[in-house]
Amino acid sequence: MTALKRRRGAALIASGAAAMMLLAACGGDSSSETTAEETAAETAAETAAETAAEGDGAVAAGCEAYAAYAGSEGTSVSIFTSILPPEQQKFEEAWAEFESCTGIDIVYEGSDQFEAQLPTRIAGGNAPDIAFIPQPGLLAKLVEGGGPVPAPESVVANVDSYWNPAWKSYGTVGDTFYAAPLGSNMKSFVWYSPKKFAEWGFEVPTTWEDMFAISDAMVDAGVKPWCGGIESGGATGWAATDWLEQIMLRMYGGETYDKWVSNELKFNSPEVTAAMDTLASWMKNPDYVNGGFGNVQTIATTAFQDAGGPILAGECGMLQQASFYGNFWVNFNPDATVAPDGDAYAFYLPAMNDDVAQPVVGGGEFVAAFANRPEVAAVQTFLASPEFATAKVKLGTWVSANSGVPLDAYVPGSIDQLSAQYLTDLSGTFRFDASDLMPAAVGAGAEWTEMTAWFAEDKSTKDVLDAIQAAWPAS
Amino acid sequence: MSVEAHEVVVMPQPERSESIPQAARRTLSSPWASAVVVGITILWTVPTLGLLITSLRPAADAQNSGWWTFFANPAVTLSNYAEVITGGATIPGGITPYFWNSFAIALPAAIFPLVIACMAAYALAWVPFKWSTGVFFGIFALQVVPLQMALLPLLQMFNKGWSIGPIPIFPDLNKPGSEQSLLAGTYLPLWIAHTMFALPLAIFLIHNFIAQLPRELMEAARVDGASHFLIFRKIVLPLAIPAIASFAIFQFLWVWNDLLVALTFAGGTPDVAPITAYLANIKGTYGAQLHLITAGAFVAIIVPLIVFFSLQRFFVKGLLAGSVKG
Repeated sequence: MTALKRRRGAALIASGAAAMMLLAACGGDSSSETTAEETAAETAAETAAETAAEGDGAVAAGCEAYAAYAGSEGTSVSIFTSILPPEQQKFEEAWAEFESCTGIDIVYEGSDQFEAQLPTRIAGGNAPDIAFIPQPGLLAKLVEGGGPVPAPESVVANVDSYWNPAWKSYGTVGDTFYAAPLGSNMKSFVWYSPKKFAEWGFEVPTTWEDMFAISDAMVDAGVKPWCGGIESGGATGWAATDWLEQIMLRMYGGETYDKWVSNELKFNSPEVTAAMDTLASWMKNPDYVNGGFGNVQTIATTAFQDAGGPILAGECGMLQQASFYGNFWVNFNPDATVAPDGDAYAFYLPAMNDDVAQPVVGGGEFVAAFANRPEVAAVQTFLASPEFATAKVKLGTWVSANSGVPLDAYVPGSIDQLSAQYLTDLSGTFRFDASDLMPAAVGAGAEWTEMTAWFAEDKSTKDVLDAIQAAWPAS
Repeated sequence: MSVEAHEVVVMPQPERSESIPQAARRTLSSPWASAVVVGITILWTVPTLGLLITSLRPAADAQNSGWWTFFANPAVTLSNYAEVITGGATIPGGITPYFWNSFAIALPAAIFPLVIACMAAYALAWVPFKWSTGVFFGIFALQVVPLQMALLPLLQMFNKGWSIGPIPIFPDLNKPGSEQSLLAGTYLPLWIAHTMFALPLAIFLIHNFIAQLPRELMEAARVDGASHFLIFRKIVLPLAIPAIASFAIFQFLWVWNDLLVALTFAGGTPDVAPITAYLANIKGTYGAQLHLITAGAFVAIIVPLIVFFSLQRFFVKGLLAGSVKG
């Protein structure tokens, strides 16, 4: 609303200014020709009125980039999302120019009840024009109910040219592509302390073997190389599912990972058992964990937020956790710096073998539309464009997997930049967080509780995997 | 709240030597009872006190330690209130537009059902017509319909219209050439929804009160030639003030504190969303602004407090009225 008012105001000022300039130009040579002046004034007023009606973007300088989106002046598009302020302001800032140039008013509505409200609003005939959907699973459920409309050609073109093909598959239900990706986050990171590494004389490892050579060297030096925490209230266990996902993707590659997600590859199959054994030799290895906290069991009782604390103190070497963990270091020490030479930073969790090119596990949200109007398509296309992503990235703390965004748009040396470097690699093996894709009974249920039991009670790998497989919904 | 109200209202009136109020007064004024009441009061006030203290603490303190540590480390700031009232980085417009929205929603949503319910209650109590008892019990029974169950059908009705076979009951209000209903982005669906949800209890409460007015009064007025409307306006309304006021408070507070109905029918944009929607969103996507919720909650609490304290005389009287005569 305020944006609309502001733009109307701008249009008025612009038209007023145009009229003044024309008046001045005409009145300059002969002030006696009153009739000519009046005509000129009328013409100016008319021009100004037309300009205002068409949207002030049509002639305004700096709007050339938005020519492709023109033709929907005076319309409005509603966006519904779970992303609340202050992130809301950054979105609005990133598309402010688009709004003023195209004359499309984007009405943003965030709600922390998004996932409950969206299906209600769709069923009630009050669907938003566009929704930012945080999980591919929710998108599939909505498509089943007949809400979203297929993405227009222009969006498909943007996604085809700028995103790793895996992203497109997560916005696709059946054979129809619905939703282009928006923001992304990167989970294949290992957090460490560059200062401590320098002190101990370690280099950042680039292969799986290197990483464990360093781990063994830390053990010899009397430092527990790994720490971890999976306690997260009602969601306890999710961090452990991430570890398993990293190994699954690294050991077997994307296709097997996809079969695992769809349960074509059973949870208690030899492949998953082998992955769990690898995880056991890593995060359940009493020599390796749990730095700064105690024995293996403490992984289950340590809050995931707290897990990295011992790294700053040099009591633990490394922590496998997603990019968002960069925000947590100041909780341990208000002066902690997150930088390549700072108190904390991350390196890419290396690949295990050459068959799987740069495996990356990540997440993100998707832009689904519920209306076919041209202005909705224009906004959708713009949100999938490198121009929008670049503008949004420059406002900070946001990562796009859009490869059209130059890496120097990010703060140099930031975790966002490092994330983008891996997420925008079109030849890498990107896969979405598996537990977000599996049915909730597994991905947000049995897998959490059983992995927790695996750590807390030392439940056998076979029993854990059998129990998770048993929880998979029939049908 | 409503459950308590029913229990009080439908309580039978046994014939005893000592009336219920007298007995109650005697029991409640014993020292033990007083001690228990004081204890419960303190216990129930502690969370609110914690809320108040948290709202006055600096953001870093509030996020890192419990409010009770305030006493060991007292640091007071008004910056949370400043950010909530004038708007800061999180919601730049501040709480003000949502505050006025809440008024614009709650006042009509309290007055509409009240007006309808008073007239309905009078008609059901004093205008003899066939099936009047049946109608009354029908309305009373409607209270068992959970509000949540009616949300989706109502939303569909507002947005797509509703018809039984070919007969339209509620018109399709879509703007031509758009998927948006004319009602979208207005307070109207909220007023209608709140009115509908409030009516059964409102009619029930006010009917019980009005029905117990002395029959002689009505008869005398009838004999003097007063019409039903005149009786309603000159006799019933003034006498029913306690019941009306108590229901008005009850309904106003209910609507003021409502989030579910508001989010469903109006959405969360600043032009229609009430203060509760603001409170739900002020914490930010990752809960980074949790410290602002407490300050926002105290700003939101002011109006219900004023309403309750200025009208509490009626509230107690109105809820008890019609049940006991002391």
